[in-house]
Amino acid sequence: MVWREIPERYNLIGSTCENCKQEFFPQRLICPNCRRKGKLVEKKMPDEGKIFSFTQVHSGAKGFENETPYTLAIVEMPNGVRVLGHIVDAQPEKIKIGTKVKAVFRRIFAEGEEGIIAYGFKFKVAD
Amino acid sequence: MSKFGERWDASFRQLVAEAGIMALKDSKIDGSAIQAVFGGCMASGRFLGQEHIGALIVDQLGLNPIASTRLEAACASGSVAFRSGIMAVASGMYDMVAVGGVEKMTEVSVEDAATALGGAGDQEWELFQGATFPALYALMARRHMKEYGTTEEQMALCAVKNHENGSKNPYAQYQNKITLETAMNSAVIASPLKLFDCSPISDGAAVAILCETSKAKKICEQPIEIIASAQASDTLALAQRKSLTELNATKVAAKQAFEQAKLKPKDIQTAEVHDCFTIAEIMAVEDLGFFEKGKAGKAIEAGETKLNSAISVNTSGGLKACGHPVGATGVKQIVEAVWQLRGQGGQRQANGVEHALTHNVGGSGATATVHIFKRA
Repeated sequence: MVWREIPERYNLIGSTCENCKQEFFPQRLICPNCRRKGKLVEKKMPDEGKIFSFTQVHSGAKGFENETPYTLAIVEMPNGVRVLGHIVDAQPEKIKIGTKVKAVFRRIFAEGEEGIIAYGFKFKVAD
Repeated sequence: MSKFGERWDASFRQLVAEAGIMALKDSKIDGSAIQAVFGGCMASGRFLGQEHIGALIVDQLGLNPIASTRLEAACASGSVAFRSGIMAVASGMYDMVAVGGVEKMTEVSVEDAATALGGAGDQEWELFQGATFPALYALMARRHMKEYGTTEEQMALCAVKNHENGSKNPYAQYQNKITLETAMNSAVIASPLKLFDCSPISDGAAVAILCETSKAKKICEQPIEIIASAQASDTLALAQRKSLTELNATKVAAKQAFEQAKLKPKDIQTAEVHDCFTIAEIMAVEDLGFFEKGKAGKAIEAGETKLNSAISVNTSGGLKACGHPVGATGVKQIVEAVWQLRGQGGQRQANGVEHALTHNVGGSGATATVHIFKRA
């Protein structure tokens, strides 16, 4: 699937179970709490959260050579959902557990100079 | 098991044969006694362009036309293959089976190897975002430091201890000792993890022969009995876990294994735990119940996991020093447990080993297995 066929990736649309009320991101088709009794519907995730954990990656993944070192974090949103993403445009001293961040739409990587450019969400320090 | 390391001298199939011949000689059986093969291998397609590993193994061991099956559970592939062998014998389907694990990782560049290993995580939501495996374990390490005060020195001391043990293991990839300074001053890979917090890229294979205990006693000199075999799962993606400072799959598998064996953590003298990163060893010895949650860092600092201390952890040198050919690791850990129980550990032999435990993890903890052994 190409990135633009996965709307969750750029709109932060997850799911919520109408039975147990738990929210999920990325989307799930089966609620792990309620299974067949559950009913999952699409739900827009909050676009703010706090850094739950972070790391500065010095040995980058393939396709990320130009931006290495980069900062990855697990962000916890107010609904309890945690997502992994980049922290961009931040002074290193601002990146701490608990720092407030906001989701932004960014380029993730490009498949070579003429290949597909993948976009998605990243996070920016909120204040 | 084969010698682990950068095996430029041996092909994938030679590694399989090296470990297979050794296992057959050790168990004093002829290949014709084996009725089925279960082989663990994670990513031979990415590393070598070779799939259909079940057929390759049985062919190379000269065991055609018996059934042979490959199992894949990322870095837990070996122990998952081992469990399939156990179930095959316990069910009565087969009398005797060979189980093994193999991986040849050094044929591709480090970047390509890292990408192949990334497949153990969530490709769509982790690898896509540039999350390498060191990055995922770094996220756990940062949280463990925050919640329990674990330090970078305590993590580095795991590597120092495992290199000390590895220096006594002729099968280990790294047989050199390192100092705390070397580990602390090594290059940052994904903060707070440094080069010496990470297990290496390795080639290797390991094989074991399984049959009913009563039968094994008649065939070989020092048979070892499997008294527990457990496996559990968790979310594929790290971000979705309830906690980043424990692997629930390890906790669940350990609880089941100790119940099966009717033992407690204090009854274990040696444990081979999955130290793909130093923080993974710290979490493992907590999740397996050897130390209270959050206390392992201090225990390691006090030397309580060294050879012949409170519990001898990773006498082989662990994944860090013995090497981590991902599909082979789970079976290699079991080979080390067998040697320790038989008193064949050489310079790294722990004293008074009655029960040995092995703990193997797939990915960032989405699969975990725990096995416990004693002398038959």
